Order: sequence, then structure tokens, then C-alpha cells
Amino acid sequence: MTILQVQNVNKSFGGLRALNDVNLTVKRGSVHAIIGPNGAGKSTLLNCFVGRLTPDVGSVMFDGHSLIGRAPHEINQVGVVRVFQTPEIFGDLTLLDNVMIPTFARRDGAFAVNLWARTDGQAAVREKAEHMLEDVGLIAKKDMIASSLSRGDKRRLELAMCLVQDPKLLLLDEPTAGMSRADTNNTIELLQRIGGGKVTKIIIEHDMHVVFSLAERISVLAQGTVIAEGDPAEIKTDPRVKEAYLGGAHL
Amino acid sequence: MIKTISLRQDRLLFLGFCVAVLTMPLWMKLVGAGYPDLLQKFAIYGIFAIGFNILFGLTGYLSFGHAAFLGVGSYTAVWSFKLLSMNAIPAVLFGTLAAGVFALLIGYVSLRRSGIYFSILTLAFAQMCYNLAYSVLTPITNGETGLQLARNDPRILDRLFVQAGPGVPDVNLFGVQMFGYNGFYFCAVILIIAFYIALRITRSPFGMMLQAIKSNQNRLKYAGVHTRPYALAAFVISGLFAGLAGALLVVTDPLAGAERMQWTASGEVVLMTILGGVGTMVGPVLGAILIKYFENIFSSFNSQTLHHFFGVLPDMLEKVAVAVSGLFVGEGWELTLGVLFMLIVIFLPGGLMEGIRRIAAALSRRAAPVPPVERRYAK
Repeated sequence: MTILQVQNVNKSFGGLRALNDVNLTVKRGSVHAIIGPNGAGKSTLLNCFVGRLTPDVGSVMFDGHSLIGRAPHEINQVGVVRVFQTPEIFGDLTLLDNVMIPTFARRDGAFAVNLWARTDGQAAVREKAEHMLEDVGLIAKKDMIASSLSRGDKRRLELAMCLVQDPKLLLLDEPTAGMSRADTNNTIELLQRIGGGKVTKIIIEHDMHVVFSLAERISVLAQGTVIAEGDPAEIKTDPRVKEAYLGGAHL
Repeated sequence: MIKTISLRQDRLLFLGFCVAVLTMPLWMKLVGAGYPDLLQKFAIYGIFAIGFNILFGLTGYLSFGHAAFLGVGSYTAVWSFKLLSMNAIPAVLFGTLAAGVFALLIGYVSLRRSGIYFSILTLAFAQMCYNLAYSVLTPITNGETGLQLARNDPRILDRLFVQAGPGVPDVNLFGVQMFGYNGFYFCAVILIIAFYIALRITRSPFGMMLQAIKSNQNRLKYAGVHTRPYALAAFVISGLFAGLAGALLVVTDPLAGAERMQWTASGEVVLMTILGGVGTMVGPVLGAILIKYFENIFSSFNSQTLHHFFGVLPDMLEKVAVAVSGLFVGEGWELTLGVLFMLIVIFLPGGLMEGIRRIAAALSRRAAPVPPVERRYAK
């Protein structure tokens, strides 16, 4: 069953055609990778899903909702949650606060005047957040200030902030960029373990090791167009993909 | 903000605050400020700064126009005295509400921008309010002269119960006159209520969202939170506090002038908050007390007080000491404030509260060798 349907999406910046008639179908519960060389339009496409960019033409339907022209918080509230390329966290709050904030946002909606209750009296929210921190292995640091974390830990914290919202669709923009091999493997393991089967994931990634460890389906984007789509085995052997990556050079 | 603060600690903090405020007439005497006129100013500007801190300290929006709400509160309160009753309660209520309505309008427009552009927008709005009050709206504000009470004001509610006497009646609270210490205790009780409300807001999920806006607004949007109504609510709450302070100013002295809305008055509350400690609970009140203390005490020093103070020195030295220090007192009190402000911003960026925290940490380290928080997590 389809959860995300992208049809004929076009986006130009001035004279540059960043996306050219992109079509994409993502199955519910699957892990779908979008790969492609630099400048292929991967991040542009992702930004069209989360309300940062509005496509010039085309439609993006998620679970019966159109995502076009919606504000970021509305898109989050229908269940599309995004992990950023560089970890975006609340740097001067504690790890626990960092995870409790999205938990409140999921429980109370986009806006709630909840100014007489005490935060530390919200046991359910607190427990859910602590449970999530435990899942990503950060529970021992829950009272630390988030900006003091290492880059790898910041990523894990951000992942916890996203997963605690029980997303229907999780968008991961290069989740292992800038990570050591060990951290990358940890992240892969974490992504395999968490939300498996229930949470649909779209991963944008350069690292083929990550892509082939996680993805069930892969779309290859080059110069703003989907040039190939298939399961990992098909993509590995597809000559068009080789050409896009290697610029048509014969090896 | 760093550690989760327990309910018990908050109760202690609130209790300590109540005691400190209510006994202010006693301990302020030690520093020569134990008279009601000044004490009630401490309380009133404390309220102003507490409210401002909800916007600036928690939400991270620096407004340069909050004096406008103070002024609106004052004018509305005077009109409540003139038209309705000399009772302080309706004046305070209407003053607060009118400022809230103004804050809603100005906040709605200003919050379309953030950072420096937001600050400039609020500054522009406040200057507009000031100029309107000063000239265009003279029928409502009585322009340059300031809005005053008059003997033949209607005072509809009062007239129902009492015959108009000779002269202007006094501001009262159901018969209790708002002079001297009565006025101070009225303001002190409201300061305590305001502090309690601010404490509840800070510790609530709502307050947590405000802190998240300050920390990373973009992240919060992508976490599904509509940030603008939160920021607007914070703006309106701080506007309500400012209006409350403005109304209390005329409860204790029933006169409202346009200069109350000038940009220097807006800047003053920024200074108060930074001096005391941005984002702390008690800091803004300390800052307000400090600035009002300097304004009233240091400005009242003259060369005679200085001669008296330096009397023990030899004549030559005394003359030099008086000449130099004379620059910093009397008319030059703002010079002292400026120096103090520079020192605090450079050496204690967290304001007076950071100083207090450092002293407390140093003392507890001497008493029991507990490693400071940072070191415990250093590994």
C-alpha cells in the first residue's frame, strides 16, 4: 500500500531546473533510499516533502493529505518527521527536555496554552522521553546540556526526538554524514532496530554501505530526474546508475 | 534551566521571595532606601522586569518598546479613576487589560520578524505611541502636561455611594488610602502574585516551548509546533505585566505623562533584566531594584555628602577624591550605572544572579568538596 505518492514534481531556481518531472511511490512500512550524485536534487526533493520548498508543478500526497503549501508544523502533525543533515537540537536545554518537547508537541498538538501545569509533574511524557533516550543509549546523559554532546550523540539525540513522535514517515537526510565507521554502524543498527516495519523511512544517503544495509527499495536521482528504481540488487547492476555516478567513463 | 528543578526547591524560592519582599522596609533601611516612595518603585519596576523577562529571557525576543505598554496601563488607570472610581482595583484591572490589547496588536505585527528586525519594529511602535500620546492624542492624554485627576471628574461609581467632597479624593482600596506604606504593601502583594505567575509559567510545558523557541525555533517548527502563537502569547503576557506596572505607578501617584513611554524607558527595562540575570527568576527584580536605587540614592548625593564621606582623608586628598567621585553622583549617577553595567556584562554575563551563584558555589566548595556540575560530566 502506498503511503507517499509524488507526481510530476518540478522545481526551478532561476534558470536551473533542480527537479524535472519526478515521480516516486513509497510503500507503507518500507525503507526507501534516494541516492544520486551531488547536485542531483535529492535535498531539494526532500525539502518539497516538509514544507520548506513548494514545487512549481506537481503533487505530493501523503496518506490522503497533500503536503503542498503546508507549513512545516502542519506537515509534522500529519506524521511526516524529518531528521536534518546537520543535527538540529535545542542546544542549551537538557537531553531530557530535548526529547520531552517533541513529545508534548505530539500530545498537545501545534499549540496549547498549558501554562499552569508543572513540566516535572507530567509523568507520562517524561517516562516516554526517558524510554526513548534509553533506546538510543543516551539515558545516562539525560541531564546534560545538549550542546556538549559529541556529533554522533547529537545525531542520536535528534533521532530520539523524531522517533518519540511515533512518525508514520521518517525522512532521513544523510543520517551518517560526517560519522566515523563505528558511529555509522551504530546508526545503521539503530535504524534497523527502531520503528522497524511500522515506520516508513526515506533515506537520502551518499554512503552506499548504509544504503545497501538498510534500503528495501532504491530510487536513483540524476540531474533532477529519477533515472532508475528497483531493489538493491537491480540497482547495483543497472548500467544507467553506473553512468550517472561515473559520468559515462568506461572502466 | 540546567537541572530539573524540583517542586520543593520552587516552594523554598517562592517562600524566600515573599519574606524578602515583605520585609523590605526593614532591610532596605540599612542601605538608606527604607522609605515607601522608593520601595514601591522597586516593587512596580520589579513587576515590569519580571514580565519583560518572560519575553526576553525565556522566548529570546528582545523588545525595545515595552514602555509603551507601561504608558497605556498608566493612562487607562487614570481614566478609570476619572470616569469610574478612585478604587485601585478597577484601575489596575483596566490598565492591565488595555495594555494586553495593545500588546496583542503590536505583537501580531512585530512577531512577523525576529532578531534585530523585531527589536526595531517594537521600537518604532513604541515611539509612535509616545508621539501620539505627546501630541496627536492630547484630548485623551493631555499631551505635555500629563493626564491628571480633576475635582469635577465624573467618577460614576463613587458618586452612587458618596457625595462629591471638596477637592480631589485620594486613591483608595475600599476606603484604605494608598499612601505611604499602604501603597508599598499593595504593590508588594501584587509583585508576589506576579512572581508566582511567572514561576508557574516558566516551569510549565508552555514555558518549555518558549525556551525551545529561544534555543532553536526552526527545530521546534519541524517538531510540529506552531511557534508564532507561542511567541505572541509570551508577548501579550509581558505586555500585561507592563500594563499592571503602569497602573500601579498611577495608583501610588495619580499622574500619567508621555515621557513614561519614551524609548529610554524601554531601554531601562532591558538594562534591568540584563543586570539582574536574563532568564532567571529573581534576577530581573534585583536588576530593577539596583537601577531604581541608583537613580534615587546616587542622584541625591551632593558634594557635601562626599566631603562628609571622605572627611577622614587629608585635605588635599579629600579635594581630589571629592572632585573625582563627584562626577559619578548627583546629576552624573548614570555614569556609575554605565560603569557598573559594563563591569557586569564583561565579568558576569549572567548578571547579578551569576555572581550570587558563583559565590554560593565557592562557599559550598569550601564547606564540602563537591565537584562543580561541569566537572562531574567532563568525562
